Amino acid sequence: MSADSESRGPAWLLPASGLARLHDSLREAGYQVIGPRVVNGAIVLRELSSADELPFGWGVTLAPGGYRLRRRADHAAFAHSAGPGSWKQFLHPPREQLWSAHRTPDGGYSADSAAASDAKLAFIGVRPCDLRAIQIQDQVLGAPTHPDSTYASRRSSVFIVAVNCTEPGETCFCTSMGTGPRAGRGYDLLLTELTGPGDHTFVVEAGSAAGEATLAGLDLRPADPGAMRRAQASVSEAAGKMGRTMHADGLRDLLARSHDAARWEDVASRCLTCGNCTMACPTCFCTTVEDVTDLSGDHAERWQSWASCFDLDFSYVHSGPVRSSGESRYRQWLTHKLGTWHDQFGSSGCVGCGRCIVWCPVGIDITEEVAALQAELGGPEAGE
Amino acid sequence: MRDSPRPKLAVWKLASCDGCQLTVLDCQDELLALAAEVDIAHFTEATTTDLPGPYDVSLVEGSITTPADAERIRQIRADSRTLVTIGACATAGGIQALRNFADAAEFSAAIYARPDYVASLATSTPVSGHVPVDFELRGCPIDKRQLLSVLSALLAGRQPRIPGHSVCHECKLRGTACVMVAHGTPCLGPVTQAGCGAICPSFDRGCYGCFGPMATPNTAALVPELMRLGTAPGDVRRVFATFNAAAPGFRDVRPKP
Ligand code: SF4
Ligand code: SF4
Ligand code: SF4
Repeated sequence: MSADSESRGPAWLLPASGLARLHDSLREAGYQVIGPRVVNGAIVLRELSSADELPFGWGVTLAPGGYRLRRRADHAAFAHSAGPGSWKQFLHPPREQLWSAHRTPDGGYSADSAAASDAKLAFIGVRPCDLRAIQIQDQVLGAPTHPDSTYASRRSSVFIVAVNCTEPGETCFCTSMGTGPRAGRGYDLLLTELTGPGDHTFVVEAGSAAGEATLAGLDLRPADPGAMRRAQASVSEAAGKMGRTMHADGLRDLLARSHDAARWEDVASRCLTCGNCTMACPTCFCTTVEDVTDLSGDHAERWQSWASCFDLDFSYVHSGPVRSSGESRYRQWLTHKLGTWHDQFGSSGCVGCGRCIVWCPVGIDITEEVAALQAELGGPEAGE
Repeated sequence: MRDSPRPKLAVWKLASCDGCQLTVLDCQDELLALAAEVDIAHFTEATTTDLPGPYDVSLVEGSITTPADAERIRQIRADSRTLVTIGACATAGGIQALRNFADAAEFSAAIYARPDYVASLATSTPVSGHVPVDFELRGCPIDKRQLLSVLSALLAGRQPRIPGHSVCHECKLRGTACVMVAHGTPCLGPVTQAGCGAICPSFDRGCYGCFGPMATPNTAALVPELMRLGTAPGDVRRVFATFNAAAPGFRDVRPKP
């Protein structure tokens, strides 16, 4: 499908019923299989005990600060855009013990680093925007210079089944960020879902040797040109159905000169500084560490947990926080995500998944805030 | 924390329902560990022991509503190296601070046959309004894990670390899909301080704000959203006028119809 996946060998057709075999063979290979599932009014990512738990026939309606499940006319399993969770829950968990220490009878102490879990994870249904988000976190947390060792060890054994996007949501803008709707590199298997009257099949392509090996056990037939054309067309159409746009050109420079923009005060009057946007965002990676002791003082632990730049403690240095106003905290979020991220990691920190728009309780829309800054500060995209 | 091997812990009660003291008792397994580390010098819910001060750590439950308690808290402060207030009453005045917005004498006259026997103040105020407080632990009631972490920190001579961020952090960390966004349920979580573990949203209820305002609550920005989700202006005022009615950030909610 994408230019570089064509070089990876032939495309196959898998009937929807074949997802069960794919799921089971990954489990047999020792993977904990994680994928989308309907839980309590939302499509969340959880361990799947069978492929039947995939959200067949469910879609979503998205709005700033609004998320509702809806029944679809077809049985599509992957025609829903980003939900409340993202794959970082598994690769970069919300809370994790780093080490513990105990006082020993001789008055010394012994320390143990937390045992890295040896669970192998398989992710089913990774959308192109989220595939890119995983790669952005790889760059931040897994880069060879200073890798986060537990991240790197978890990440090294992940098996990724990506799904090309055929149904973007009202808050999606991956085309603006160049991350979708067609998956880039980095998957083991790539699916494109085809639904039609009496038909529910997947075009399957392998992107790695591990992916290719998985194909062996599946009920596949070679993809015919008609199916390939339909798959191509539905992904191309998806590109035209993005609910949002962001003019991403020149954002790094725009944000660098945005310090005194009036828009920050405007958005701060609406922003709750609750931190939902940063925690829902699949690329935000900040953490804090806390040392705890028990009542006896003989046992100590160090824990790492997600932190947010909207948190007052985040910028606390001797005698107080550096960013106490709402303006300065919202500005930090946006200028890092879309601006200085380029300087640090060579790309934007935004993949256009729309989560921060949907999961903001008051519906603050990153695309709208950027457009307002562009209009206020001028530059290449002013007035658009 | 001092030369003597076992520090003295006292638990005091002012105007309150005893729920936070019960949280201390609810520590169950850890209670034995605690009893092994400290001498319990005063704790009427648990023991008739009543040792004189000074105390290394005093936990104070309840608000100041009587002239007698306004005096008593000065003595407790004078007798305590570290004074920690526990619960919405002690940290914000509690639900009884509703009297601050009305005429307390009128209430007395309506309820008691001989209001002249009742010596109470016109307001219910947090302990910090009367004496310096070393640490405040929020909640109605307080959270057991937070209490244990504060006590463990104090026993080890560390600064307790209790985050001032929103309940939303806890929803996201535990993987609860936001009830405002996914269900349209009004929730005070975005302006309420974390600490409970986001219990109510995990049971599909909105947060009632029993931990009081987070470090920088933007209540004015949440109110229109609560109304958009169907909360009537009078109910918006009422939902903030509960356990932490008199807390800054909650007490001035004035929804525009
Ligand atoms: S932008 Fe929205 S989600 Fe983010 S901190 Fe502000 S109110 Fe919360
Ligand atoms: S349910 Fe309430 S506390 Fe939880 S994320 Fe939503 S608004 Fe915040
Ligand atoms: S969720 Fe809110 S109301 Fe419920 S216990 Fe926690 S702080 Fe109290």
